[in-house]
Amino acid sequence: MRILDLKPETLDRVEAVIPKYPVKRSAILPVLHYLQADLGYISRDTMEWVAEKLELEPINVYEIVTFYPFFREQPTARRIVRVCRTLPCALSGAYKICQKLQTELGCTLEEPSEDGEVAVEFAECLAGCGTGPVVMVDDEFYENVDESKAEAIAAKIKGDKVANSTETSS
Amino acid sequence: MPPTEQRIILKFADQPGYANDIECYLRHGGYEMLHKAFDMEPGDICHEVELSRLRGRGGAGFPAGMKWKFLDRKSGKPIYLICNADESEPGTFKDRQIIHKDPHQLIESMMIAAYATGTKLAFVYIREEFPEGALILEKAIEEARAANFVGPKILGSDYSCEIIVHRGAGAYICGEETGLIESLEGKRPYPRIKPPYFPAVLGLYQCPTIVNNVETLCNIKHIIEIGGEAYSHIGTPAATGTRIWCVSGHVRKPGYYEFAGGAITLGELIYDVCEGMRPGRKLKAVIPGGSSAKVLRADERFHGHLKDHTSFDWGLKDIPLDYDSFMAVGSMSGSGGVIVLDDSVDMVEALANLNAFYAHESCGQCTPCREGSLWMKKITSRMCSGEARSEDADLLVSISKQIEGRTICAFGEACSWPTQSFVAKFKDEFVAKASEAQSQATGSENGDRLI
Ligand SMILES: Cc1cc2nc3c(=O)[nH]c(=O)nc-3n(C[C@H](O)[C@H](O)[C@H](O)COP(=O)(O)O)c2cc1C
Ligand code: SF4
Ligand code: FES
Repeated sequence: MRILDLKPETLDRVEAVIPKYPVKRSAILPVLHYLQADLGYISRDTMEWVAEKLELEPINVYEIVTFYPFFREQPTARRIVRVCRTLPCALSGAYKICQKLQTELGCTLEEPSEDGEVAVEFAECLAGCGTGPVVMVDDEFYENVDESKAEAIAAKIKGDKVANSTETSS
Repeated sequence: MPPTEQRIILKFADQPGYANDIECYLRHGGYEMLHKAFDMEPGDICHEVELSRLRGRGGAGFPAGMKWKFLDRKSGKPIYLICNADESEPGTFKDRQIIHKDPHQLIESMMIAAYATGTKLAFVYIREEFPEGALILEKAIEEARAANFVGPKILGSDYSCEIIVHRGAGAYICGEETGLIESLEGKRPYPRIKPPYFPAVLGLYQCPTIVNNVETLCNIKHIIEIGGEAYSHIGTPAATGTRIWCVSGHVRKPGYYEFAGGAITLGELIYDVCEGMRPGRKLKAVIPGGSSAKVLRADERFHGHLKDHTSFDWGLKDIPLDYDSFMAVGSMSGSGGVIVLDDSVDMVEALANLNAFYAHESCGQCTPCREGSLWMKKITSRMCSGEARSEDADLLVSISKQIEGRTICAFGEACSWPTQSFVAKFKDEFVAKASEAQSQATGSENGDRLI
């Protein structure tokens, strides 16, 4: 078995989830979720590890990682801001808000911020259309995001970064 | 006075002090219907559901009791129950409310459905973008297991059933029930062809499987509470029970509103419940049942006959909120997502926005859908960047007609209908784009950018 540099709790979660399913292969999404949460992305090595774990061929994992938008094959920014752009949110000004967030955070839809800290992406309908525009910052959900809320979201992300770097340097 | 809601599914959801933990649920009579159901024969529960004439709330409006009846019980294979919590049809945001605010209502109803169908293992397939919802459900299931409502030997009986919360990974097509099943099997979510792959016969692991929407399932405990017959008297005969309508877009008070089937009209929903348009704005169009439903023009008149042969002559505002009325006017109630557009909207941009969604979400199995959705996106986007051509409107319709009816799953229709209806009903705007292109003027002048 190949070795991945995983947190012990990640490995525990993987081991615990597989036997819940009648067929091992069904555990592929939860296993990939846990691994991406720990490692930040799914490398070829990770895919091969998953294949061994679930008694599959690597191609069976590869086709999953490449199909589902949520899984990433490359490392990306530490924080991901998803701005819903689908019609109901667009009617409430989502495109403008997305622009605002990019300016505030110093990134574009194509390029993460220079320090690699944050990326802004478009998302499709996040099922919060009644309170659009809606934005997700990692797992956190924000509704009715107007310009001032967008500023506050950006300020919070930058604040978190400062807090993080002082933590690691002290 | 706006019409008052009849809240059954969302009865407690927004009450001050109502929490999503099991203690609160039990204080409000929670799990009493599970006890009641366990004193009934599984077949009798299925019979009550059939009597209720409950129809699916996920999009297709198929009668739940009939679906359950189609379960192949003779094969001897295990039976599975799947709750579809993928909620990704643009304009729809009701399942999120239920999961976040009243998860035990769903779990109690699922366990009744599982017992009635003979399911030993049930799943909630929840979209990745509901991370908090997944945690809430997992916690609620743990609480229910600790109280012996889920797991081994439920309520001291010989019946055992587990529920697994299974998270998706950002693909809309996982909401289509056979795509969902493939996804749950650990494969790409490529929808299966029907026939033969009707889930009730050949579903998860080729075993009989019931797939129902979150809201559909939540109705089960209420059917047990009052009985199928009594339930069928709520609403109209073809739209029994309540429905949660999700209103988004250009109204003053967007939100989710629960009404008995056919109790109010689209006009009452928009003007009374949602308080109408923003100041100085006029209604232009409504997409009534999630983004795939055909758009309706504010000034259209609809004539024809309903299923019971009565004739109708309606304006947009007169359409009663039920399944058959929206069918009769050439659209659908779909997922209950009502998207309201005012006169600031550039309809070509609005369509370009939706086409970008469908091009992104096509699973790619069928050539007409994969290629056609992309072409429709490219054409409408080009039209919005000052390069519209006079033949574009007809070209769009021609592409959409070549998708519809030629694909494995209903996504083919879902992605063609917006284009067909937008062009048919707002042709002038599509034509005007081409003449604007010649004069270099583009985009909506007063509305928000949509693409
Ligand atoms: C492209 C497509 C997407 C769908 N997305 C959803 C969805 O997000 N949620 C849902 O409940 N049903 C969705 N459906 C409908 C399901 O296929 C299925 O009909 C439904 O889950 C059955 O449950 P019901 O009978 O309780 O409505 C979708 C259908 C199609 C064709
Ligand atoms: S119609 Fe589209 S989404 Fe459905 S199976 Fe075919 S390619 Fe996939
Ligand atoms: S369109 Fe943005 S949440 Fe639905």
